[in-house]
Amino acid sequence: MSASTPFALLANATSIPWAEVPAWPVAELVRATAEELNRGGRLCAWFGVPEGEATCLVAVLAFDADNTLAVGRSLPFTGNYPALTATHSQAHLFEREVWEQHGLTPEGHPWLKPVRRTNGDAPANGEFFRVDGREVHEVAVGPVHAGVIEPGHFRFQCAGEEVLHLEIALGYQHRGAETALAGGPHRATMSQMETVAGDTTVAHATAHATIMEALAGTEAPLRAQWLRAIALELERLANHTGDMGALAGDVAFLPTQSACGKLRGDYLNLTALLCGNRFGRGLVRPGGCRHDLEPARAVQMLERLAPALADTEQAVAWFWDAASVRARFENVGTVFAAQAAEIGLVGPAARACGLVRDVRYDHPAGWHRFAQAPVAVWPGGDVFARARVRSLEIQRSGDFLREQLATPPEGELHGELPPPSPDMLAVTLVEGWRGEVCHVALTDAAGRFRRYKLVDPSFHNWTGLALALRGTAISDFPICNKSFNLSYCGFDL
Amino acid sequence: MFVLDTIAHRLKRGCETMAYPAGPAPALPDRHGGALKVEASKCADGCNVCVPVCPTQAITRPEGKPVALDLGRCIFCAACVEACPTKAITQTGDHRMAVRRREDLVLGQAGEEQVRLAAALDEKLRKLFGRSLRLRQVSAGGCNACEADVNVLGTIGWDLSRFGIQFVASPRHADGLLITGPVSKGMELALKKTYDAVPPPKIVIAVGACAIAGGPFVGHAQVRDGAAAIVPVDLFIPGCPPHPLTILDGLLRVLGRLEKG
Ligand code: SF4
Repeated sequence: MSASTPFALLANATSIPWAEVPAWPVAELVRATAEELNRGGRLCAWFGVPEGEATCLVAVLAFDADNTLAVGRSLPFTGNYPALTATHSQAHLFEREVWEQHGLTPEGHPWLKPVRRTNGDAPANGEFFRVDGREVHEVAVGPVHAGVIEPGHFRFQCAGEEVLHLEIALGYQHRGAETALAGGPHRATMSQMETVAGDTTVAHATAHATIMEALAGTEAPLRAQWLRAIALELERLANHTGDMGALAGDVAFLPTQSACGKLRGDYLNLTALLCGNRFGRGLVRPGGCRHDLEPARAVQMLERLAPALADTEQAVAWFWDAASVRARFENVGTVFAAQAAEIGLVGPAARACGLVRDVRYDHPAGWHRFAQAPVAVWPGGDVFARARVRSLEIQRSGDFLREQLATPPEGELHGELPPPSPDMLAVTLVEGWRGEVCHVALTDAAGRFRRYKLVDPSFHNWTGLALALRGTAISDFPICNKSFNLSYCGFDL
Repeated sequence: MFVLDTIAHRLKRGCETMAYPAGPAPALPDRHGGALKVEASKCADGCNVCVPVCPTQAITRPEGKPVALDLGRCIFCAACVEACPTKAITQTGDHRMAVRRREDLVLGQAGEEQVRLAAALDEKLRKLFGRSLRLRQVSAGGCNACEADVNVLGTIGWDLSRFGIQFVASPRHADGLLITGPVSKGMELALKKTYDAVPPPKIVIAVGACAIAGGPFVGHAQVRDGAAAIVPVDLFIPGCPPHPLTILDGLLRVLGRLEKG
């Protein structure tokens, strides 16, 4: 970023009047965005806002090194515009989405097809990319998969065992989460935010609650921010531990699989100790939290956390100890650092390519302004590195929780929440366990949602899985897939 | 050395599978609250404060009629329990909630304050499935929490396979479907095809508020408000998500494998 950026700057979890978001002709927005991306910016969101018959495009960028976000928009327009994807592939799904939602055609987009739109009783997948040749065969998997798992379709182009290309077609889980927010918040909004991706309840709920607070020009009381940070790390622990178990299971390393399967439940039960629900439903509300962690409960949590962390440490140590496990993970499913930066990977998948990228650290909001865990990074970009980052994060989340539970801030759990201000744009990023959860809200003259954009980390990262498969044996798809463990419903919305 | 470590660990820990159902059921988290109980007779005249606080419109009170709470739509946020001035809606702490008929989840009227728990399958089906039930799971718009808490039943603490219940990879190997999610339109065709591929006789189990009634997304143009719109459902297990214990109770109940109530 340079001081002379034409974009309006704002910090994470704050808002800005819509009138102060600079507006340019669309070609200029594309050019200016490209320039900021060249300078190391990152595209957090790129979406349309209907304006009469026309649409404004909005760009939300992150300058991680400067701890700041930037927004800009186009003047309303219809029809075509020069694709940002032509020069910056991290925009490719965003531009497909804008085309699908608003009918704006990015000219020069190399692969313009539906993202999640349904056509009758199935997604409108469109044509798949095909590799021709006598030795080439195609493998189609899904939507219904072999395990207890969400649906999606994978289309592999293979030469023998080797995958030449993987195209991932989603949309099966589309529930209309984003459209439902128009005119909101409604009475179902909070429960819908908690289930955008059900394994990421706390991150999405926190993002939404923070948006409501930013729009109202207020903050949740510190104690509530502290509780949200605790719940967020419990969510990370449960999911990362589950992923380590699942990875172990896929290479038939049963000791870690069975230990982690149970331990994952122990972490979920700690979330339930806090709020009654294993996934953290009902805890985070705009303006604060609904349940407290009284001293006795905090003691209980610490007492139950300690053995769970010790057991996880041990189960994961077996895993790293076994040469047979390491050999299965090394140099499998590699995404190179340059590719990761180019497609805008986030979360552990990005950190496993050596990219230092973590919202808790780069764009601290809420409790993370006062307390942070070191960012866990590992080079390599393979399944091994992704597992490695998870096991480091398990340790760091554990340390963070131990520290935080010992020093609770006093005070209220819930504060006054004024109604949202009219004609404001608010942006919130939260580092969920899969990576950056981004919510952007724009209010109308009455303070209702005029547009609400949800970006789950999976939206950035599915492309990473597709790239990881190139040149990989198709039989390694399960471990590659588990090493990303992305959300289908978070993508499909 | 992990080989010796893991063996020593296993010997030290012993069997980690819970005693239930032979022994007592594990306790639900205290803030979970369990099933709801609705005593319409306790409602104050003309009161309907609970109706607008429910995020999924599970509670209705039409003019002159008693309040009715549909536990199938309920996501157990307990906002109504907090709001009710006369304690007509309370939580029982009970994990058991599975029913065979949809209407058995509607609570309120005298004699119907609580769910009418599922009876076992008839003799013939019980003979077929009672000791070996293979299920194909279909997530049709599920948020991955119901799926996760179904999955958890396979871990060592719950060990679902000790009951002969297993999740299989192909519908052709299955005796029935376990469905989660409100049935997004994108999954309608896939769900129908999967159902058709299961050889009869077959059973269908709807797990979670979504699969029963649409859950948090009830009424959206993109969802079909539950599995029953597409396939006949034999067992409904409420929750958002249901606690693993509630799911296990439902499965064992329908197979007639619970000794008492
Ligand atoms: S019932 Fe709740 S937990 Fe289950 S799939 Fe639906 S939203 Fe998710």
